[in-house]
Amino acid sequence: MALLDITNLSVRFRTNDGEVRAVSDVSLSVEQGETLGIVGESGSGKSQLSFAIMGLLARNGAASGSVRFDGDEILNAKPKLINRIRAEKMAMIFQDPMTSLNPYMRVADQMAEVLTLHKGMSKREAVAESVRMLDAVRIPDAKGRIRLYPHEFSGGMRQRVMIAMALLCRPKLLIADEPTTALDVTVQAQIMQLLSDLRRDFGMAMILITHDLGVVAGSCERVAVMYGGRIRETGRVGPIFAEPALPYTQGLLDAIPRVDQEDEELRAIPGQPPNMSRPPAGCAFEPRCPYRRPVCAEIDPPLEDFAPGRARACHAPLADVLARRITAELPEVDPIAAGDIPEAEAIPRAAVAGAGVAGTPSAPGKEAE
Amino acid sequence: MFAFILRRLAVAVPTLLLLIVFSFVLMSLAPGGPFTGERALPPAVLANLEAQYGLNDPLWLQIWNYLVSIVVHFDFGPSFVYPDRTVNQLIAAGFPVTLTYGGLAFVAAVVVGVALGVAAAIWHNTWLDYLAVGISIGAQVLPNFVMAPLLVLVFTLWYRVLPGGGWSFNDPSFWIMPVIALSTSYMASIARITRSSMLEVLGSNHIRTARAKGMPESRVIIRHALKPAMLPVISYLGPVFVSMITGSVVIDIYFSTGGIGKAFVDSALNRDYAVMMGVTILIGTLTILFNLLVDVLYAWIDPKIRY
Repeated sequence: MALLDITNLSVRFRTNDGEVRAVSDVSLSVEQGETLGIVGESGSGKSQLSFAIMGLLARNGAASGSVRFDGDEILNAKPKLINRIRAEKMAMIFQDPMTSLNPYMRVADQMAEVLTLHKGMSKREAVAESVRMLDAVRIPDAKGRIRLYPHEFSGGMRQRVMIAMALLCRPKLLIADEPTTALDVTVQAQIMQLLSDLRRDFGMAMILITHDLGVVAGSCERVAVMYGGRIRETGRVGPIFAEPALPYTQGLLDAIPRVDQEDEELRAIPGQPPNMSRPPAGCAFEPRCPYRRPVCAEIDPPLEDFAPGRARACHAPLADVLARRITAELPEVDPIAAGDIPEAEAIPRAAVAGAGVAGTPSAPGKEAE
Repeated sequence: MFAFILRRLAVAVPTLLLLIVFSFVLMSLAPGGPFTGERALPPAVLANLEAQYGLNDPLWLQIWNYLVSIVVHFDFGPSFVYPDRTVNQLIAAGFPVTLTYGGLAFVAAVVVGVALGVAAAIWHNTWLDYLAVGISIGAQVLPNFVMAPLLVLVFTLWYRVLPGGGWSFNDPSFWIMPVIALSTSYMASIARITRSSMLEVLGSNHIRTARAKGMPESRVIIRHALKPAMLPVISYLGPVFVSMITGSVVIDIYFSTGGIGKAFVDSALNRDYAVMMGVTILIGTLTILFNLLVDVLYAWIDPKIRY
């Protein structure tokens, strides 16, 4: 039996703008020790999917469907059950290490409380174990630095602290929600290396949520591509990168700038991701899809297996996508003009163009390690 | 931290000095004087009185003499209006009263206000939230000069359970209504500030991390959310505490408690220079002290603040 089994998981938010369907009918499974990448643009629902698994949805969010973890149904489970599973068996690290640690508590106290609460350790034992874990995530002088407050660490070091804190109870599954997005390029590579080393050492399964296909290629076994709140393609990393069967995946991979090909313009997917408070009737990618046909605007294609271990949700025949027989001419996105378009319009494109660049532009002002 | 406190206390001395000089100047600029009555005094009598209290001296000399008597003798002088009583005696009689009911009102306002605010934030958008917000709006729109006579009407005239006025240090039944009347609107403000700041903290990323660590919600709130949520409340409480323990003229008048709140307002109306200065200095000193206390509490809560 799979470690994590998600069936028909949907997440809805009540907002002043009406109901937003962040995640629709997602089914996934993760095996013991496996690494699954979930890839998608900002707003594709990938983070909300992970929050729903952990039971961390915002108050106005509601999840339906089923999430079975290690034999227990944990979706909308009683707090007592979910609190026993969190940290002990399933842990999570977040996108923004700058704000994810409690700025008012010493690192020692934040880490030790996990062990005193879940393992019944004394404070002294818990701190000693936390120091060992900080050593494991390669924080120099862990014994001294555990006494510091989070603001006395750099961004990369804080993410290491987050990772160490998540691993304290040796969980079976680690959910990493864009763990490197807020970090510097060089630090990103270190953190990803650290995560894959720790995963191997601890024999832990991992869900890696990212918009960065480069990161997925380097550290995942399987990948699920999300768009408009649904999973639209899944499969092992190798075949998907070699032969993407979904127009959207193809677009994402095309958008990766290649160093080995000169004089090539940066290719972006034209258009913007759908507004999920008014979800389209048909395929959410239809307006941006070069393979679209009339049926796409009316019926949302279901996720169907087309080869062993691979599935996709698309109306366009597989052969057409693989042979790049496009049916619709989309306006070219002029990469030069991108700098001139207003901020709001630029965001979705930048997100696509950035997918797969080993160093997505990181927020300014982050300290280097 | 210790050096910071010493430095702040050192700065407090010139601050108080400035406060005294400014108040003294403003006071003497105000028209009229302590001996201006409905019936004008004979010029000779007035001149004698003014000479006795040193009002004939140039202003700088008056201020100098006043400062000397405070610093050297801790003597705030005799009252101009009640010649048989000194300012020290007036404050010694009135301040313990306002300190008692003001201090109790402060504790009540903080305990009830913080509890209401935290409950409203935790059960955001439920009936409990609406009830808490309703109570605090109700308390806010009932100012103490409306609250006080209503309390007297209900508890003294209708139910006859509480004395309608007066003060006794030995009988807490005299304290109840002043405490309620003084605390309600402060309580409402504290509840509102606590609620909004708690809501903000509960939505922050580090609280999500605490939940992801499998902490029970009660522990998340007490250990992780309460301290940061108290920061804006604390900065509000510093000056509020001072204004509560120095009393309220409304409370002193409605309940005849004899606190310094009424003495202060009377002194301003009567141009009782000495009493006015004495109470001003008392309030100024307390304000400086409690602002310092707020800063120290801030640094204790937020490790990023270092002085």
